Amino acid sequence: MSQNQAEAQGGHHDAHHDGHDAHGAAHGSMRGYVTGFLLSVVLTAIPFWLVMNDVLSNSTLTAIVIMLFAAVQIVVHMVYFLHMNGRSEGGWTMLALIFTILIVAIALAGSLWVMYHLNTNMMPDMHRM
Amino acid sequence: MTSYPDWWKFLFGRLTLESFPYHEPILVVTFAVVLLGGLALVALITKYKLWGYLWHEWFTSVDHKKIGIMYMILGVIMLLRGFADALMMRGQQAIAFAGNEGYLPPHHYDQIFTAHGVIMIFFVAMPFVTGLMNYVVPLQIGARDVAFPFLNNFSFWMTVGGAVLIMASLFIGEFAKVGWLAYPPLSGAAYSPGVGMDYYLWGLQIAGIGTTLSGVNLIATIVKMRAPGMDMMKMPVFTWTSLCTNVLIVATFPILAATLALLTLDRYVGTNFFTNDLGGNPMMYVNLIWIWGHPEVYILILPIFGVYSEVASTFCGKRLFGYASMVYATVVITILSYLVWLHHFFTMGSGASVNSFFGITTMIISIPTGAKIFNWLFTMYRGRIRFELPMMWLLAFMITFVIGGMTGVMLAVPPADFVLHNSLFLIAHFHNVIIGGVVFGVFAGIAYWFPKAFGFKLDRFWGVLSFWFWVIGFYVAFMPLYILGLMGVTRRLSRFEDPSLQIWFVIAAMGAVLIALGIACFLIQIGVSILRREQLRDTTGDPWDGRTLEWSTSSPPPAYNFAFTPIVHDLDAWADMKKRGYTRPLAGFRPIHMPRNTGAGVIIAGLATLCGFALIWYIWWLAALSFVSVLAAVIIHTFNYDRDFHIAADEVVQAEDARTQLLARA
Repeated sequence: MSQNQAEAQGGHHDAHHDGHDAHGAAHGSMRGYVTGFLLSVVLTAIPFWLVMNDVLSNSTLTAIVIMLFAAVQIVVHMVYFLHMNGRSEGGWTMLALIFTILIVAIALAGSLWVMYHLNTNMMPDMHRM
Repeated sequence: MTSYPDWWKFLFGRLTLESFPYHEPILVVTFAVVLLGGLALVALITKYKLWGYLWHEWFTSVDHKKIGIMYMILGVIMLLRGFADALMMRGQQAIAFAGNEGYLPPHHYDQIFTAHGVIMIFFVAMPFVTGLMNYVVPLQIGARDVAFPFLNNFSFWMTVGGAVLIMASLFIGEFAKVGWLAYPPLSGAAYSPGVGMDYYLWGLQIAGIGTTLSGVNLIATIVKMRAPGMDMMKMPVFTWTSLCTNVLIVATFPILAATLALLTLDRYVGTNFFTNDLGGNPMMYVNLIWIWGHPEVYILILPIFGVYSEVASTFCGKRLFGYASMVYATVVITILSYLVWLHHFFTMGSGASVNSFFGITTMIISIPTGAKIFNWLFTMYRGRIRFELPMMWLLAFMITFVIGGMTGVMLAVPPADFVLHNSLFLIAHFHNVIIGGVVFGVFAGIAYWFPKAFGFKLDRFWGVLSFWFWVIGFYVAFMPLYILGLMGVTRRLSRFEDPSLQIWFVIAAMGAVLIALGIACFLIQIGVSILRREQLRDTTGDPWDGRTLEWSTSSPPPAYNFAFTPIVHDLDAWADMKKRGYTRPLAGFRPIHMPRNTGAGVIIAGLATLCGFALIWYIWWLAALSFVSVLAAVIIHTFNYDRDFHIAADEVVQAEDARTQLLARA
């Protein structure tokens, strides 16, 4: 019978989580959002400046630098706007992020590998494309 | 072709009187039958004044159980359409020999094989799998609904919207003639200028939104709403496989959406992502679509592995053998399923290093799958096996799926694949795993959970008949295709020269007829069971002596599923509770907080479908109008604050007292 009472006390578990969620999701602060915003602006402005003023002269190098800024930008968004850290949601957010990065890496790296390999083996002329 | 005035083109876009296939006798007859059937249905619903009931109790329902059942009904309806296509193809191939052109002209035949594949994967297998997950997962984890009940309803109606567009193509215009994955350049604007490809693109895009959102929903449900005490390694296996499947859905369906969007841009605004000119590369489409497509087959089979696991432990009367290895095998398959996609196009030209990498990963993925087969076998070993219908499907699956798995490993060897690629051997292989795996499992799941959903068991006689027709029909229909494939016959051919092949196609057609009888017996089984429901009644809520939480509540469960959230102490929570002499609480009920029904899902999905239709036919004003309406409807819905209510304690007491009396009588 003691189990029966335990069941009864367990009651009222809402099927419907409306509005506030008290399961440890990190909520941002004003300071965090402002920091994130300023970093985003700076990280966006620098690539524009690099391209418009032709700072690096070498276009390949410019492209690589812009890519790097984009990658940093992604991290800034995740930390300041999506509140990613190792603790939120009991680690589920971080696990989801790792899984996403893994899948994106597989898809991108795999596609590049596969597509370049097709060119190498199918049509030697395609190299000139 | 008559020319139409400008105002017509503005109003109706590409839609003209010639768009309606009134010159195709097969389609006209089909249309007449569908029209008469539809009118009869509408008349019956009107006569019995069921419109209000359907709208309030079903269409607008946010109850995961009702949405699950609606998914299953959608799956059955679309199965009939997809199977009709299969019968037509088998009929055509059985007679189109040595100068006989058969009864299907090529442009019609090509639409049929495309529609068959698209419908069977997206609108039969997916709704069945999603329907089972929707119905069972919240019950198995002791929750009262999914995490986002409205989103669930909306997801369902988006899937229906996609299905409606695909079905509309039968009578308005045409469907794609490109095969189920629509490789460019054939599917590009230059070679497929008609509306068929656009039906394909918008139908899948709309249904895909529904699928993705339902994936998000079920992940959140499983991660956040498990009953207290149910930590990850105490979750039922079906819930585990559902979690992995939904992770796959959320990770891959965006890739499908992006790939189809790029093809749509090629077709609508003249970009060159997948054309042969201006730096485009059609092979990139093949690469991208299979990065989605391979995980997709695991999206279908993983939850079904879960079904088999539940069936095995219930009907052998013991705990599943190797629960932890089952979970790890599922997780490993989830990851590995992203590393094998190239095996669908070994022949596209990659060199030895790429092909052998993907060949080896493909062979590796058969290891966790094989481990699962052994787990089910060892669960049966020294179990007290009851040969109820679900158990019979499990046995048929284990034998059939192993054959399909072996031919799969054969295809994973690149040199062998160079011989077998796009042959009927491949067709036989994937029907072997999809029918022998997914379809058998869906029937096992239906037979297993039907008494939970409706409160009475399915009739055994017609079920057994359906089982044998399906299983024998499958072997008769597809073993000849293995042989034909080894002889070099390729897929998607509508006529043949070599008369010595004909006998195999005739045998395969007979197999298809046997499967048709199996489907008929299944439908009869449902009808007979409804008529005999008093004899088949389950008053206990636990007709199979089940082991997981869904069997602890009544059949059918009340709207709130559980009056009190169960507390879990062990794996197979309900078996554990029974063993420890659990007694149902009979007093102390409190009001239960529940989500409220809403029509917003039907309305938004309906507008989205209309938008898709307008885009297909270039009716730009309607496309713009319906798109804006979608946005408006979404925004208006966010201002709907009347989203929840409480089921009064009195009502809970009444429902629970009724169950107490029912249990006392049993």
